[in-house]
Amino acid sequence: MEEESDTRKINNSFLRDHNYATEADIISTVEFNSTGELLATGDKGGRVVVFQREQESKTQPHRRGEYNVYSTFQSHEPEFDYLKSLEIEEKINKIKWLPQQNAAYFLLSTNDKTVKLWKISERDKRPEGYNLKDEDGRFRDPSTITTLRVPVLQPMDLMVEATARRVFSNAHTYHINSISVNSDLQTFISTDDLRVNLWNLEITDRSFNIVDIKPANMEELTEVITSAEFHPQQCHTFAYSSSKGSIRLCDMRQAALCDKHCKYFEEPEDPSTRSFFSEIISSISDVKFSHNGRYLMTRDYLTVKVWDLQMENKPLETYQVHDYLRGKLCSLYENDCIFDKFECVWNGSDSVIMTGSYNNFFRMFDRNTKRDVTLEASRENSKPRAILKPRKVCVGGKRRKDEISVDSLDFSKKILHTTWHPHENIIAVAATNNLYIFQDKVN
Amino acid sequence: MEVDRGAMDCAVDAQSLISMSLMKIHSSRTQRGGIKLHKNLLVSYVLRNARQLYIREKYAEIYRMQQYEEVMAVCSGIQELEPLEPLEPLEPQGAEDAEPEQPGRAAGCGDESRAAGGREPPEPPYYRSCCMEDQFSQNCNKTTVLDLDTHVVTTVENGFLHQDCCCAAAAAPQCAPGAAARKRKVDSAGCSPDAEEPSDYTAGRKRLKREECSGADASNISNLISIFGSGFSGLLSRQADLEQVCSKQALASLGAWTRAIVAF
Repeated sequence: MEEESDTRKINNSFLRDHNYATEADIISTVEFNSTGELLATGDKGGRVVVFQREQESKTQPHRRGEYNVYSTFQSHEPEFDYLKSLEIEEKINKIKWLPQQNAAYFLLSTNDKTVKLWKISERDKRPEGYNLKDEDGRFRDPSTITTLRVPVLQPMDLMVEATARRVFSNAHTYHINSISVNSDLQTFISTDDLRVNLWNLEITDRSFNIVDIKPANMEELTEVITSAEFHPQQCHTFAYSSSKGSIRLCDMRQAALCDKHCKYFEEPEDPSTRSFFSEIISSISDVKFSHNGRYLMTRDYLTVKVWDLQMENKPLETYQVHDYLRGKLCSLYENDCIFDKFECVWNGSDSVIMTGSYNNFFRMFDRNTKRDVTLEASRENSKPRAILKPRKVCVGGKRRKDEISVDSLDFSKKILHTTWHPHENIIAVAATNNLYIFQDKVN
Repeated sequence: MEVDRGAMDCAVDAQSLISMSLMKIHSSRTQRGGIKLHKNLLVSYVLRNARQLYIREKYAEIYRMQQYEEVMAVCSGIQELEPLEPLEPLEPQGAEDAEPEQPGRAAGCGDESRAAGGREPPEPPYYRSCCMEDQFSQNCNKTTVLDLDTHVVTTVENGFLHQDCCCAAAAAPQCAPGAAARKRKVDSAGCSPDAEEPSDYTAGRKRLKREECSGADASNISNLISIFGSGFSGLLSRQADLEQVCSKQALASLGAWTRAIVAF
């Protein structure tokens, strides 16, 4: 993707334009579906908002389809676990789409404890002409009916309904951090800090535990699982990342309990960079398979790494996202920013990777040209159809015009969640409670 | 563990990191959604790193002071052939408590033996006493341990509180090799690295208690050290005097967290 890109902002009908950021509106996950036609966002208030791309207009071929709100529903509500006296947050941690198999759309959404399968379907006709009910729905006295008629389907305004078709609950003691749909389209995994469970999409009262790293004595706990994902093509393979900076690839055919990995990816720590916070910054916050299934990408606090599945002892490529923060780890620890979990994403052709940073910056790395760019998602800096200007952080010495110094970065503005259209150069970036969608320039 | 202090943007003080980390652990109890296992695990790593550095620095300071005192003791011993001042006639191993006013005195077994009027043969300096192997004489296997929380003085056979060693060994699988190496230089006993950690603490605790006069901060840290002397479980299960860091009420709830963790 070129540095200069045509940016188009979402029309303001759904950019939540508050003067204050209500907690509940903070976007906690974004995900395109497999065709890119739909974009789902989940927020801290347990709501899911689905956007649909406008059909491209024949009369205005230069105008690419915009994304408009398609459906909004409350996916999860706050709950209370009475046994443990714990409140269960309604925040949506992850959304994963199922590939479309009929007219309806299906997605999985999860909070800390429960995964739900939602069906989103359209209704644009309704039956009219009932015999026993009149148009208002009131029942008619059967004795007044003299003739019978067959109800006919009349067009109506499009209505999009979301219904919960399955609820997968009571399988996780710890907080769910990720879900992943298998390429077999029949099963999916849900992952918490210590366990990975395998579900069948049809069966909600049973799940199989396939990874369990809980030690017999919890005092001996040294690492937790931070994310897990199925291989995009091999339905028997999945990978999970740990807080120690390692990734394990597992084959479900080997054993029912996949405690023995078949591949173990870890880069030895560089002793010269050891600090109080070494363990924190090496914890992997996200793991993603490439679309072609040959690579893995991991995100830790300061870097993004691309791993070749055939090479376990070191990553293929390492990209510094914001190395200038290395000297600020102490203050980032103090304000808790060091615990932020950034996600990373591949583009459709696996040639570019993208991840977020602070100050509403996000970074893209072109794996082929080795060029990288820092862009900013902010209303002030981007007008509709304006080209996004590359940003630069000044790390020391003389600050040039338009550069921003490390100390002026706003750490409350962080881009944790981003997603890339599966085929086109369209990206969605969540900046706290605002959603930005950027498109590549139309030639 | 070598800490890249140069890269730190603020005056990274092991002590402030420890108190910051404890505050985070405490506040995580009241956060919505329950205790986040991952975050608390990472915080415990920072705690461990800060603690290791703090202990090493304290130990280095003690060692330096110890060397100085030994030199002075030898000098004074040469000049005057009188025995050292006898200490108050307390419980044989209760001398620790009674010596706050003798800053120059080396703590530990050596003192105790002298204080007890030679009841025990001269022992090697205190920091050797823990985890001693059989090669030393039986008498040298005794260690006095002052529990800073309860102010109870106990004598430990074979140099370590069994519970402390096991917990520390379990909770600190990656013992700092640096600390272990240094210990070996001084101590000819071939202790396992894990076992040396608690011995550092018991030794450190004794010395820390003596130097407590420096005020509330130091006493807080020495109390914290006593917590971590038992490894992770020590953090959870001990009632610590952390008034400067947390309110007593909050602390009472720390115990509940122990139960919560165990319940998982």
